[in-house]
Amino acid sequence: METVMVAWMFDSLLGLGLLWLAWQSLACSDLFKAIVLFIAFGLLMALAWVRLEAPDVALAEAAIGAGLTGALLMVALAQLQSIETNGDAAVATVKKGHCIRPLQWLLLIALSLMATGLGYVIISFPAHVPGLSTAVATHLEASGVSNPVTAVLLNFRGYDTLLELVVLLLALLGVWSLGGTVPQQTTTPAPLVLEALTRLLVPMLILTAAYLLWVGAHAPGGAFQAGSVLAAAGVLLLLIGRHPRAALMALPLRLILVLGPATFVAMAVVTMLIEGALLKFPPEHAGKLILLLETTAMLSIGATLAALFLGGRRHTDKEHS
Amino acid sequence: MSIAHFYALVGVGLISLGLYALIVHAHLLRKILAINVMGSGIFLLLVALAKRTGTALPDPVPHAMVITGIVVAVSATALALTLMLKLSAQTGCAELPDDEKE
Repeated sequence: METVMVAWMFDSLLGLGLLWLAWQSLACSDLFKAIVLFIAFGLLMALAWVRLEAPDVALAEAAIGAGLTGALLMVALAQLQSIETNGDAAVATVKKGHCIRPLQWLLLIALSLMATGLGYVIISFPAHVPGLSTAVATHLEASGVSNPVTAVLLNFRGYDTLLELVVLLLALLGVWSLGGTVPQQTTTPAPLVLEALTRLLVPMLILTAAYLLWVGAHAPGGAFQAGSVLAAAGVLLLLIGRHPRAALMALPLRLILVLGPATFVAMAVVTMLIEGALLKFPPEHAGKLILLLETTAMLSIGATLAALFLGGRRHTDKEHS
Repeated sequence: MSIAHFYALVGVGLISLGLYALIVHAHLLRKILAINVMGSGIFLLLVALAKRTGTALPDPVPHAMVITGIVVAVSATALALTLMLKLSAQTGCAELPDDEKE
C-alpha cells in the first residue's frame, strides 16, 4: 500500500513537472531559457517513458529528444541572434500582443473544450485492452529477435522503418538544398575541458552504440538508439572544431547516408522475389538479416543526424564558389 | 484511474498547451518548440494507452511507432530550423508576415 502511494506521488509530481516545464518553456520571454527548459522537459519525458515501462522509447528520447534536439535548437538560436545583430535590430524585436485579445479568449475556450473532450474519451476507455501485444507475442519466436519492440520495428512492420529512413534522408536533402545554415566562424579554439572530455567520450560513445545495437536483439536498445548515440559523438567532434575534410564530405559521406535505406530497399526486393512478401524474412535467417539491417541503419541514422547538425555542406560549398 | 489513464491525460494537457502556444506565439522558434511539445504529448498518449494490456508487458507496437516518431520529429525540427534561419536571413525577422496589417 505504501509503495503504491509513493508511486502515485512520484507520478503526480512527474506529470505536473512535465506540464509546468512545457508551459514555462513556451511562455517565458527569453528564448535561450525556453530552450534550456525544453531540454529539461525532454529529460523528464525520458523518466515518464521508464514509468510507462517503455525503456526503448526512454533511450531514444534521452539521446534524441533531450540531446540532439537541444543541440540543434541552441545552434539555430545562436545563428538567429547573429543574423538579428547584423541586420536591422528594430525589425527583429519580438512584437508583443500579436493576437487580438477577444480572439485569444475564444481560442482558450475552444482548446479547453477540446482538452475536456479528449480527456473524457480517455477516461471512458476500458482499463484493459490486449491490443496487438498477443499477436506480437505469438509470432515473436519467428521474428529472429526476442525484444518485441525490435521485432516490430525491423520485422513485423519493417516498411515503417524503411520509410522512416527515407524521411530522414529527405529532411537532410531539404536542409542541403536550402544551402544549409550560415556557417559559424569558429576562430577561437574549443575550451580545454570540452576538448579533453570529447577525446575521452567519443570512443566510449562508439562502444556504447555498438553495445546498444547488439543488445537490441533481446533487450532495450537497437538501431535508432545506437544511431543517435553515434550522432552525439559526431556532434561532440563538430563542437570542438573537428570538421570532416572536404574529401570525406563528398562521396564517402553520401555513401554512408544512403547505405541504410539502400540495404533496406535491396532486402525488400530480395524478400519480395524469394518469399513473395515485402520484408518477410525466413525465420531461420531472420536474426542475422535483422542485425545486418540494423547495422547499416545505425550508420545511416548517425551520419544523417550529425549532418543535420552540421547543416550546409560548407566545405563543398567553398569548392564551388 | 490507472497510471495509464493519468499519463494519457498529461499527454492531452501537453497537446493543448502546445497547440495554444503554436497559435498565439509569432516567433517561429517558439512555434517549433510548441510543435515539439505537441508531439511529445501525442507520444505520451500513445505509450500510456499501450500500457493497458493487463499483463506485465505493454503493447510493443505503439512503442515502435513512437521511436520512429521521435526520429522523424528531430529531422523535421532540423528542417524547420533551417527554413526559419533562411527566412530571417532574408527578412531580418524570425516571424511570418501578418497579412491583416499589410
